[in-house]
Amino acid sequence: MTEREYARVFSRYAGEEGDLIPLLQKVQERAGYIPEDAVGRISEFLKLSENRIYGVASFYSQFRFTEPGRHSIKICLGTACHVSGGQILADAVERDLGITDGQTTEDGRFDFRRVACLGCCALAPVVQIDDVIHSRVTVIRFKEILDEYK
Amino acid sequence: MNTNKFIQQREKAARKWDRLQKSRVPLIYLGSASCGRAAGAMDVLAAVKKTLKDRSLKAKMVHVGCIGPCYLEPLMDVQMPGRPRVSYANVTPELAKRIVVSNLVKGDPMGKLAVGYFDGNGHGKIPGIKRFFDLPMLKPQVRVVLRNCGFIEPEDIDHYIANDGYSGIVKALETGPEKVIAEVEEAGLRGRGGAGFPTFRKWEICRNSPGETKYMICNADEGDPGAFMNRSLIEGDPHAVLEGLLIAAYAIGASHGYIYIRAEYPLAIVRLEKAIGQMREYGFLGKDILGSGFDFDITIKEGAGAFVCGEETALISSIEGKRGMPKSRPPFPAVCGLHGMPTIINNVETLGTLPNIMRNGAEWYSRLGVQGNRGTKTFSLVGKVRRTGLIEVPLGTSLRKIIFDIGGGTLKPFKAVQTGGPSGGCLSEEFLDTPGDYESLAAAGSIMGSGGLIVMDEDTCVVDLARYFLEFTQAESCGKCSPCRVGTRHLVEILKRITRGDAEPDDLIKLQNLGETVKRGSLCGLGQTAPNPVLTTLQYFRPEYLMHVKEKHCEAAVCRELIEYRVVPGKCTGCQRCVDVCPTGAITGPRSEPHNLDPDKCIKCRACYEICRFDAIAGDAIIIRSMRESDEQAN
Ligand SMILES: Cc1cc2nc3c(=O)[nH]c(=O)nc-3n(C[C@H](O)[C@H](O)[C@H](O)COP(=O)(O)O)c2cc1C
Ligand code: FES
Repeated sequence: MTEREYARVFSRYAGEEGDLIPLLQKVQERAGYIPEDAVGRISEFLKLSENRIYGVASFYSQFRFTEPGRHSIKICLGTACHVSGGQILADAVERDLGITDGQTTEDGRFDFRRVACLGCCALAPVVQIDDVIHSRVTVIRFKEILDEYK
Repeated sequence: MNTNKFIQQREKAARKWDRLQKSRVPLIYLGSASCGRAAGAMDVLAAVKKTLKDRSLKAKMVHVGCIGPCYLEPLMDVQMPGRPRVSYANVTPELAKRIVVSNLVKGDPMGKLAVGYFDGNGHGKIPGIKRFFDLPMLKPQVRVVLRNCGFIEPEDIDHYIANDGYSGIVKALETGPEKVIAEVEEAGLRGRGGAGFPTFRKWEICRNSPGETKYMICNADEGDPGAFMNRSLIEGDPHAVLEGLLIAAYAIGASHGYIYIRAEYPLAIVRLEKAIGQMREYGFLGKDILGSGFDFDITIKEGAGAFVCGEETALISSIEGKRGMPKSRPPFPAVCGLHGMPTIINNVETLGTLPNIMRNGAEWYSRLGVQGNRGTKTFSLVGKVRRTGLIEVPLGTSLRKIIFDIGGGTLKPFKAVQTGGPSGGCLSEEFLDTPGDYESLAAAGSIMGSGGLIVMDEDTCVVDLARYFLEFTQAESCGKCSPCRVGTRHLVEILKRITRGDAEPDDLIKLQNLGETVKRGSLCGLGQTAPNPVLTTLQYFRPEYLMHVKEKHCEAAVCRELIEYRVVPGKCTGCQRCVDVCPTGAITGPRSEPHNLDPDKCIKCRACYEICRFDAIAGDAIIIRSMRESDEQAN
């Protein structure tokens, strides 16, 4: 993110402690992750130590510190998806793309996240790729879906 | 107080609603909540639009929330002028085109394809089509909180107002906060977020606590993985939740409100943002609301992915920009909460209930449910049940009625039901007649929780389920207190040993003792309830644990290390479909001859099993089974 982009994000906040998480979220929304320099800038803006900011950011599973892939795969491992075979889909990602939870493929094509519940439990198992949620996914269909993004 | 403006708004809204009901162009309703979208509603929408354009047909799209039977999604309804609205299920783009053409061009509602029609708009019925609300899944339900879901456009405040929306807050403002609290007390409303604490009581404490500012928070974190009641309500009727928030805030004397909502629910967030904008425009937010002197505004806070933040003190820390660590109570948030001020946190459904109580009165509400458990409760009915979806029933409705009458039972024999998510318990068949109320479920060793119901059949391994839940709570433990941090880790280790077939007989005793220790010693509700899935399964499904421990046998054929894939020679026709999909070359064999599956190469990825079931000539020549059974056969 550029200097100006940061300024634009910051301009929407009063600079209170309670703005920390929304700010991190906004930065991640723009940059796709929390870049190193963001922490310093937020620290200056909110007058909180960088340690504090890392402490908070690392507590919440939403925040990532590495660049995401071009497409983001989220496999739901909520209870409904678990009992309907969600784990087998997660295994398939780990095996076929060679990445585990939170990682990005070397070619930068995909990143992968296990999540617990996307709220479509009645249609389990569920996989989200970018903004699209696919329901009742089987191993075979999952392969076909992934091929569309390759 | 001045309600003139509201009366005008209501009249305008009623006219708009009436015009829609009597629409002279056909109406096409589409369930476009997250579940509908996941099932393909957006492709259906595109197909409908294209068909209308190609055929130069006129129709108005009505985007509604989820009506509940998610297993029928995508649902699409057509209402021809002067006719009732007819619903079609599992609509594909191709089918959508046929439905549109048949209705709009030929005037034929395709009775065979329709799942039901809706009465209520004064357009009579259609011969040969059932009432939608007579469907077995809908008939036993009582819809109070969900009354608008699937009927109104959630993004249009006028639809809500036309259906008596915001008349609850008007009534509240007229009667004064004390009367509101008394009404909620008389209604017998208890918190729907899990614990079932009487809502009026914590309000009263907050109202009477000194503090220059008070806060009202809506808990939309919906942390139970496998439950979606709150998402569905917000997506389908956001104004009901917002009106409830307004009523609660007025009752406790709060001037600012927050909605803490999980980031995994982007559509719900968008709908809330829009709805809040409309409230401002209509004068339901801001200074001096409806000339009553009541000032209130709402901020949305997105969660950042931490289950423990559903717990109220952790939630408050999170809003304050800190790590979401729970604090020991007392002091309770009602006395000392956000920024040290008196704060009330209520669940989405609790709030969504309030407008109904204010509008219809406590006496009406308390007619629903049973003594001590008044009103209705929504449940997300999922897992191995035939009819999955979101339902609402009076409190006290038995699990049997919910799972079998409403849910249609299971395909394979029923095994268990988990209520209350990771904090809840796993109940066996003998508990099916347990009334679904707070006390009965607690007596059975489980909890009501927020309304997640996961149904399991004989293909689910309860030991694996217990391991799953403990892995979840262990990962979500915030680490502040050691019984939870260390205890859950040990529980997971033991459960992993059992599911791998590496356990010793005394591991079951260790599980039991450790589970009880964690329950007693933990600081917050997360740790205090985390062992419930283990303790209940140990109690009700002990033979299944023993089989894993003593015989290394997983009857449900789930635990990876204890199962294997096999080709049934008598059934395999040698079609080679499985050979094609096997990623490791574990399956071999010439065409037209039964194939060979090399267990050493098999990684249990399930591809062959699926392809054989859905795409091969033989059908089910590949089976997944416990290794013990295979050994028996070999001997
Ligand atoms: C670990 C943990 C997670 C919780 N998650 C939620 C949640 O996601 N949603 C919710 O409404 N309540 C949750 N609760 C309960 C809240 O702490 C609180 O009791 C509830 O929001 C109060 O609202 P109610 O009185 O309307 O039920 C959770 C509690 C614990 C201990
Ligand atoms: S459990 Fe997967 S969407 Fe809820």
